[in-house]
Amino acid sequence: MSADILTPVLSAHWDAERSWAMATYEANGGYAGLRTALEMDQAAVVEAVKASGLRGRGGAGFPTGMKWGFLPAPDGGPRYLVVNADESEPGTCKDIPLMLASPQLLLEGVIISSYAIDCHHAFIYVRGEVLHVYRRVLRAVEEAYQRGYLGRNILGSGYDLDVTVHAGAGAYIAGEETALLDSLEGLRGQPRLKPPFPAVEGLYSRPTAVNNVESIASVPGIITRGAAWFASLGTPKSTGHALFSLSGHVTRPGQYEAPLGVTLRELLKLAGGVREGHELKFWTPGGSSTPLLTAEHLDVALDYESVGEAGSMLGTRALQIFDETTCAVRAIARWTKFYEHESCGKCTPCREGTFWLRRILDRIEGGTGTMDDLDVLLDTCDNILGRAFCALGDGATSPILSGLQFFRAEFEEHITGHGCPFDPAAAALFEYTSRSRENEVAVSGAGTVGA
Amino acid sequence: MSYDATTHASLTADAAAIIARYPQRRSALIPMLHLVQSVDGYVSPDGIAFCAETLDVATAEVSAVATFYTQFKRHPNGTYTVGVCTNTLCAIMGGDEVFDSLADHLDVGPDETTEDGAITLERIECNAACDYAPVMMVNWEFFDNQTPESARVVVDRLGGGEQVAPSRGANSVCTFKQMSRVLAGFADGRADEGIGAGAATLAGLDLAKDNGWTATAAPTASSAPNKAKES
Repeated sequence: MSADILTPVLSAHWDAERSWAMATYEANGGYAGLRTALEMDQAAVVEAVKASGLRGRGGAGFPTGMKWGFLPAPDGGPRYLVVNADESEPGTCKDIPLMLASPQLLLEGVIISSYAIDCHHAFIYVRGEVLHVYRRVLRAVEEAYQRGYLGRNILGSGYDLDVTVHAGAGAYIAGEETALLDSLEGLRGQPRLKPPFPAVEGLYSRPTAVNNVESIASVPGIITRGAAWFASLGTPKSTGHALFSLSGHVTRPGQYEAPLGVTLRELLKLAGGVREGHELKFWTPGGSSTPLLTAEHLDVALDYESVGEAGSMLGTRALQIFDETTCAVRAIARWTKFYEHESCGKCTPCREGTFWLRRILDRIEGGTGTMDDLDVLLDTCDNILGRAFCALGDGATSPILSGLQFFRAEFEEHITGHGCPFDPAAAALFEYTSRSRENEVAVSGAGTVGA
Repeated sequence: MSYDATTHASLTADAAAIIARYPQRRSALIPMLHLVQSVDGYVSPDGIAFCAETLDVATAEVSAVATFYTQFKRHPNGTYTVGVCTNTLCAIMGGDEVFDSLADHLDVGPDETTEDGAITLERIECNAACDYAPVMMVNWEFFDNQTPESARVVVDRLGGGEQVAPSRGANSVCTFKQMSRVLAGFADGRADEGIGAGAATLAGLDLAKDNGWTATAAPTASSAPNKAKES
């Protein structure tokens, strides 16, 4: 483990004046990694990324170098790198600020990674709902062409690369790698059957590496500081630095770049703790698709293995913190509405299942549910989990199954009490009188019912 | 109805520039739908026909794509799309109340437009700014840490024709049509406006600097030099 508790690498220059500009990036050592990489064999770049132990930062945690290694040997036809910048998993908020503050870091990673896999046309698929981020990435590409980091014969190396920045148009499912490829091909963003995997048949049915923004942005550092340095951070199986995004009922929400294996207890201490006067009720380790954890998991090491052993997934390190004022049923019902809204409709378990999950949760939250509904919820989840076409369906079951595991009594309370015992105003970050209570006589203690 | 000659010529030139970015023409469809919205303020029947004829696909295929993505509008959009995040985290931090308060104030429901055509109000899903919750987006620029009062001030100023600056973004919010043109891949020269990072984005970095933490390797780790190409 590094002696440093926080390890700003990707975030190291986010506070620089005009941090996004090429001049700023170069003044802080930018593009040294590209110069080094272009002096290396392409295979040596892949080997360095493999040796670093870097695992995909978009949620699944698959080793990046190994993913590149799955591309078949060049056959003279095109090969593509597609960067997944469609960050949309609820709670996840790391790639968007990275691209806003430091788009050149991503771009340097794109160029090195493209060189490594012998790709001459790379794509950055940015979700369409972040206008200024899209502006910054477009501008970064423009500046890189001007400086000779893109185009023909890059830095005299003989290597050519073009980059297209593509804006999506609002669809969570487009973050699934094969749905992203369909979307990039001008189709509805629906997932493809795997195999074949994108490494073999990806964009335009050609060998394609699809990687997350943070994964690709980690590559320049691995080249300049060495695979051994990267591997010295984190744990033996979950190496390196990673962005941890704290949000919700926490004193100082924000981005905390730390070695993998840090705990929520440590991160909360750095972030000033849970909102003053309150205590942790539940949290997500990596977005809403990762099963909820509670205060008993504060000391779980946030690496791929340990979070898995604790019954959840590291995911995107989107640490959404909820204190005791939060109604678990409300939180879970809302996430379920999201999955229903974003289900692409391709497969029956997800399309029909999320519809029924949302209906049942709505009536439980509204006070008209029955005890049998809880079993129907479990049964419906059982018919989605592992049976859906892609991970969206599986993700939809995560908050429900973990929620029923930890907060079943709270679900029952909504049913027996014919309504929600929580005051939403108590959970808000500003003061107001909630609409449902404006006309009610104050119910003593109603605002502080908690776990 | 169809486009007049000038509009058609300009759309055709822009479409050619979009198509040139991709190895296969069909990939141009989504940016072209943004382009159509930059002219018509929504995905119009004319726009669908234009995309279909330009890319040589059926109008039904264009409609199938256009209706899949939430940013493509089937009815004329307001000058400003005001979206309040009501996904779980923002909703619980107060987003639900921000939305309800705006709906009352503007007298519109979700996906409805004010009578003067200024504002289309939406519930939006997670927009990757959870550390700034509750979040509101205006034409997909970030308005961080909202309250019902701050959100009402923003929409009143927009409705009154004022220039309004987002928390993290350009110096002022552009119109829906201008935004759509940027999303079609045509830069508006505003990338250098605004800040690089807000306070939450820098929370960890500030702390690291205060403590002198720099991501040095563990003392026991040996740093292996990269192998240079032999030649």
